[in-house]
Amino acid sequence: MKIYSEISSNKWKTWLIMTLFVVFITTLVFVMNKALGLGNISLVGIAFILAGLMSIGSYYYSDKLVLATSGAKEIKKEQYPKYFRTVENLSIGAGLPMPKVYIMKDNSPNAFATGRDPKHSVVCATTGLLNMMTEAELEGVIAHELSHVKNYDVRLMGVVAILVGFIAILSDLFIRVTFFSDSDDNKGSAIFMIVALVLAILSPIAATLIQLSVSRKREYLADASGVLLTRYPEGLASALEKLEKDHTPPRVASNATAHLFIENPFDNKKVKNLFTGLFNTHPPLEERIKILRSM
Amino acid sequence: MNITLILVIIVVGIGLFLLFLYNSLIRSKLRVSEAFSQIDVQLKRRTDLIPNLIETVKGYAKHEKDTFTKVTELRTSLMQAKTPEKKAEVNNMLTDALKSIFAVAEAYPQLRASENFKELQQELEDTENKIAYSRQFYNSNVLDYNTKLQVFPNVFFAKLLNFKPAEFFGATEAERKTVKVSF
Repeated sequence: MKIYSEISSNKWKTWLIMTLFVVFITTLVFVMNKALGLGNISLVGIAFILAGLMSIGSYYYSDKLVLATSGAKEIKKEQYPKYFRTVENLSIGAGLPMPKVYIMKDNSPNAFATGRDPKHSVVCATTGLLNMMTEAELEGVIAHELSHVKNYDVRLMGVVAILVGFIAILSDLFIRVTFFSDSDDNKGSAIFMIVALVLAILSPIAATLIQLSVSRKREYLADASGVLLTRYPEGLASALEKLEKDHTPPRVASNATAHLFIENPFDNKKVKNLFTGLFNTHPPLEERIKILRSM
Repeated sequence: MNITLILVIIVVGIGLFLLFLYNSLIRSKLRVSEAFSQIDVQLKRRTDLIPNLIETVKGYAKHEKDTFTKVTELRTSLMQAKTPEKKAEVNNMLTDALKSIFAVAEAYPQLRASENFKELQQELEDTENKIAYSRQFYNSNVLDYNTKLQVFPNVFFAKLLNFKPAEFFGATEAERKTVKVSF
């Protein structure tokens, strides 16, 4: 069955990304160590241990970090009974344990799921989404998110968000420090220049990594298995249509977390920046709607 | 010499095949019974809610005894039902009987206005939805298991290993078909 191979491929890719991260950081520190002529091999050891810890940490805590950075809050059944019940019903239908239900105070309609496996999973929707969608549309969106949970997409996405995001932020930082500071310290800035160049080259590679691991096929697959759950393609189709028409700028989302959402928060040129194009993690909405309508 | 080797390979091959088949069938079968216990949880919730509902409705509509007795009887037979088939059948009848209770309630404005009644109605509706979803999950597991039993060459060995197809839970024709997902 398709979904089982999808799960094992996601688990395997998660390990690969975690290992690559440790190798990358350790190599970077090793090269810097050589270039600076410090000859301090223990630095490399420390980098290795720190990167390893970060890797393991990202595995266990990516969901908490994502939730913390997005400012999402856990809700009880009484607060949003309809939303809560929708999650309850669909997780029964999918045979998943009940995920935690979160909400994000944001008028821009969007939703995401996170967690390392179905037993530790979180579904989160923005208040904008809850206000905008009808019951059937909300069901479509939640079913899509639960499919990400079921496929273990959430594990891979969480680890990618933290580790690759970390490298992206690091490179951003170095580029800014190097090219926009009037440092007189020549030796220091030369080294920063090298590091910045390395990172500047690596950043697009990191972005490609996100794209590869969070391929567009994944979104189509989640759409399809979500529909399998609700048996009502029109629900998700009209939900996506509403998302397409909406132009409320998102309050919280960054390049590192963009791929977690049901719709790319940077679509429709809501936010422009250098890396937007590279981090284009979602297939076009029109295409997804067209496929759903033909089901 | 060569023939014995070939024979040994064949016997070992069949043995391994049977081993893997047995394990995978057992796993599917466990998934089916696990999914069924999910339906049971919801059915239990439903049977727990019904006495409350009847008590509440009785307070306002004393003259509708027939409807109450029917629901109570169905509730008892649902609790006693053993097989999925029987449970599904009684459950569907109960759904209809509950509809008649709510239809009766329409004639009593005070009852309809009662907070308690509203809450129970909502709970029962929610339970009905949850029964539908757990049924869907159960039936998809049954479909998965039954398919494993009936495809070639499993079909020859399944009987040998004493596996029987599972029953669907009151599935409609449309649900019995495999839904194809293609890209």
